[in-house]
Amino acid sequence: MTDIRTSGKWMTKLAACAAFVMLVILSIFIGAGEFSPWQAIHDPAALQLFFASRLPRTVAAALTGAALSIAGLIMQALVRNRFVEPSTAGTAQSAALGILIMTLVFPAASLAMKTLFASILALLGTSIFMMTAHRLPPAQPYLVPLFGLVYGGVIGAVVTFVGWQTELLQFIDIWTNGEFSGVVRGRYELLWGTALMAAIAWWVADRLTVLSLGRDVSIGLGLSYQRTLQLGLVIVSAISALTVVIVGIIPFVGLVVPNLVSRILGDNLRGTIPWVGLSGATLVLGCDVLGRLLRYPYEIPVATVMGVVGAILFLRLMFTRATHA
Amino acid sequence: MLDRRLLFLAAIALAAVIAFMTLGLRGNVAFILQLRGLKLLALVQVAVSIAISTVLFQTVTANRILTPSIMGLDALYLFGQTALVFLLGGFGYASLNTGVKFGVEVLLMVALAMVLLWPLLRNRMDMNLMLLMGVTLGLLFRSLSALLSRLLDPNAFAIVQTVSFANFNTLRADLTVLGTIVTFGAALLCWRARHVLDVIGLGRETAIGLGVNWTKAAAGLLMLVAVLVAVSTALVGPVAFFGLLVAALAERLMGTQRHATLLPAAALMGIVVLVGGQTVSQHGLGGASTLGVVIEFAGGLAFLLLLILGSRK
Amino acid sequence: MIQIENVSLSYREVPILSDITLSLGKGGITALVGPNGAGKSTLLSLIARLQPLQTGRILVDSLPVNSTASRILARRLAILRQGGAIASRLTVRQLVGFGRFPHHQGRPCAGDIAAVEAALEQFELQALAERFIDTLSGGQRQRAMVAMTFCQGTDYLLLDEPLNNLDMFHARQLMRSLRTIADERQRTAIIVLHDINQAATYADRIVAMRDGRVIADGTPATVLTEDNLEAVFGYRMQIRQIDGTPLVLQHL
Ligand SMILES: Nc1ncnc2c1ncn2[C@@H]1O[C@H](COP(=O)(O)OP(=O)(O)O)[C@@H](O)[C@H]1O
Ligand SMILES: [Mg+2]
Repeated sequence: MTDIRTSGKWMTKLAACAAFVMLVILSIFIGAGEFSPWQAIHDPAALQLFFASRLPRTVAAALTGAALSIAGLIMQALVRNRFVEPSTAGTAQSAALGILIMTLVFPAASLAMKTLFASILALLGTSIFMMTAHRLPPAQPYLVPLFGLVYGGVIGAVVTFVGWQTELLQFIDIWTNGEFSGVVRGRYELLWGTALMAAIAWWVADRLTVLSLGRDVSIGLGLSYQRTLQLGLVIVSAISALTVVIVGIIPFVGLVVPNLVSRILGDNLRGTIPWVGLSGATLVLGCDVLGRLLRYPYEIPVATVMGVVGAILFLRLMFTRATHA
Repeated sequence: MLDRRLLFLAAIALAAVIAFMTLGLRGNVAFILQLRGLKLLALVQVAVSIAISTVLFQTVTANRILTPSIMGLDALYLFGQTALVFLLGGFGYASLNTGVKFGVEVLLMVALAMVLLWPLLRNRMDMNLMLLMGVTLGLLFRSLSALLSRLLDPNAFAIVQTVSFANFNTLRADLTVLGTIVTFGAALLCWRARHVLDVIGLGRETAIGLGVNWTKAAAGLLMLVAVLVAVSTALVGPVAFFGLLVAALAERLMGTQRHATLLPAAALMGIVVLVGGQTVSQHGLGGASTLGVVIEFAGGLAFLLLLILGSRK
Repeated sequence: MIQIENVSLSYREVPILSDITLSLGKGGITALVGPNGAGKSTLLSLIARLQPLQTGRILVDSLPVNSTASRILARRLAILRQGGAIASRLTVRQLVGFGRFPHHQGRPCAGDIAAVEAALEQFELQALAERFIDTLSGGQRQRAMVAMTFCQGTDYLLLDEPLNNLDMFHARQLMRSLRTIADERQRTAIIVLHDINQAATYADRIVAMRDGRVIADGTPATVLTEDNLEAVFGYRMQIRQIDGTPLVLQHL
């Protein structure tokens, strides 16, 4: 019996890898400019296109998807609730508010400075969410995400209002509606910061798993509970801020990917983080490719595609969970 | 013997109406009055229909923090609009008969309300789960609208844009009249059923125990809710938390859940907030276009407060 | 040795524990008994630094619990909480493995792995080792939690109602395992029990609490008298002697 299960697991893992590789290839060869494997070898202009646009875009999508999924996973471990992620806990919206404030107050600041400030606001917004979420009765698991959604919505309303008053609405659209069409060489490299964050998360994976067992177990096992909680929050906030600033908010990734992976591989973060990352990268790449194909040669933002795909996946998740329980 | 607080509320509502009609009158008075009259009618109608539909919805679900738009109903309306533009093109959409279009929309929304709430009607699914599903459905419809509108040509896209934000400034006379008739009818129905509503608000088991045909009554009420939401959304676009804000304020002020007072109080409160807010934002603060955002914000805060306070006990 | 000195605690002016002073020597089993709400769980969680002390002092091997690094204490003292539900999807082996966390901080060595296997064997969990804990029965999950606490390999074990959900066979087995490690390895167990006869049979010492106070303290033979039991539990029960051990007819 164990054999069948473990071989099934391996099949799934293999399929995930295959899907990822296929989507990377697709992502590189689909787009407005002509570009085929044949040209890649012979035509220097095509090669230029590859290095300036296609490769950065593919890397950015993969990084964003992996990082957002891992951020969702960590958030779920911190809050001990499976239905939260950065964009349903006010994290992403707070980051957008942060960059809006920076743009208004210090328009000359560098992108890195703006991102830093956005991270700080994201941290603040998420901490407020966490403090409140811990007070909600644990017997009602759906209350927390509900609270988070509306909380994020309220912060989002503030962002919209300020943007409206200051005629920055089109910028706000860029931050709140994630897309990769603006990603070219020289404009996305900050995103590698999310890879660093993901690596840190993997480094402390055991601590995060212990944390997800609850406060009492954590303290009983000698974990510095508060410090680990803060570290987790910092990782989540930094990932959110980086992705919001560079590609914009992408909903549902952090919600559905960890849940789907958890079904198969469980919640031991040491083992699941790489797979959560890979699956997240695959999902976001897939949605980006879909967005490029749907109305070729025009593009549909990845956030819009993900809004549909992710919402359907999430509804399915809730439904099966409800009928199992 | 009317409640003093109710009279007080009515007085404020009246003051708001008078202020709205008379403040800053200049130029062609008759023309402006006529224009403002139409707008006032629309605002009052929207306020009343949203207030009533929220109270009804809360009564059927026996939960005081719900509002129909949390359940994705107005997002569905939006999606319907976009889908129509998508299918018929900008011209086709513009030449559609308002009544027919409205009828189709209402049918769609009633259907969704039934599908969504059927589990609740049958065996009381976990309320928070249902809520979360509703919110997610709302997000899904919103994303679908966005997706469809990306597939539209720019002209058609502009048409969709105008219906997708709450807008209290550009109103259509034909829809206003239609909406007023529907809202008036619905309000009358609710008033006649006010005592049954009190029983239904006690929850499914109790209501059945007291001899109410719960399933039938609940289904009927939900249909009414869907119609009312359609009316107000068709007129001014989606307003997610306005109903919640108004219903919560009314209940706090009156300190009762008896529908004989709650229904008129919520309606009056709606008029105070909407007409008063419109007057203030036109003559005082900033542009009039911000009222929708401010109401959203205040309503969202009210929701969070209710959630936290409610789960404390 | 665990020293509890003048510990009092109250929530919003309501006293939960009143001036408790106890000294629990190294080695042996101490059973904590008392009616619901007596303050047993609160006392255990204070010893295990799960909540802050308000007044008084608690020392574990002369380390004050509120100011010693949590990691150091985790190698001396393990706690199993009452009804500590775990929602994570971990396999039994992974869960038990986290009991070794204080020793390896996430990088287990061969000794840690051997300790996990020993704990799995001791609690007959090998067959369930690869199952996710959310697919287990209540009693199986309780055994996995106990195994995790054992696996921590500490000198002091604090177990809050560990027999919950266990069948008679596994309840007896757990008590015998405790007896074994107490006798052979000089470990110390402080265990909250509701079955007074388990306490009578396996414990070296019984501490009876009520309303946040210690009512009786001593060997089973001295504590389990009709007067004491009535003072603690509020009704009179008959006591028989079987082979020198008191048997309380608590159900009559
Ligand atoms: N978080 C809390 N807030 C207020 N009172 C509490 C809290 N936790 C426990 N209590 C009270 O403290 C008393 C002792 O509880 P506890 O130590 O759990 O008793 P038990 O002996 O059954 O384990 C009880 O009266 C309980 O109601
Ligand atoms: Mg207890």
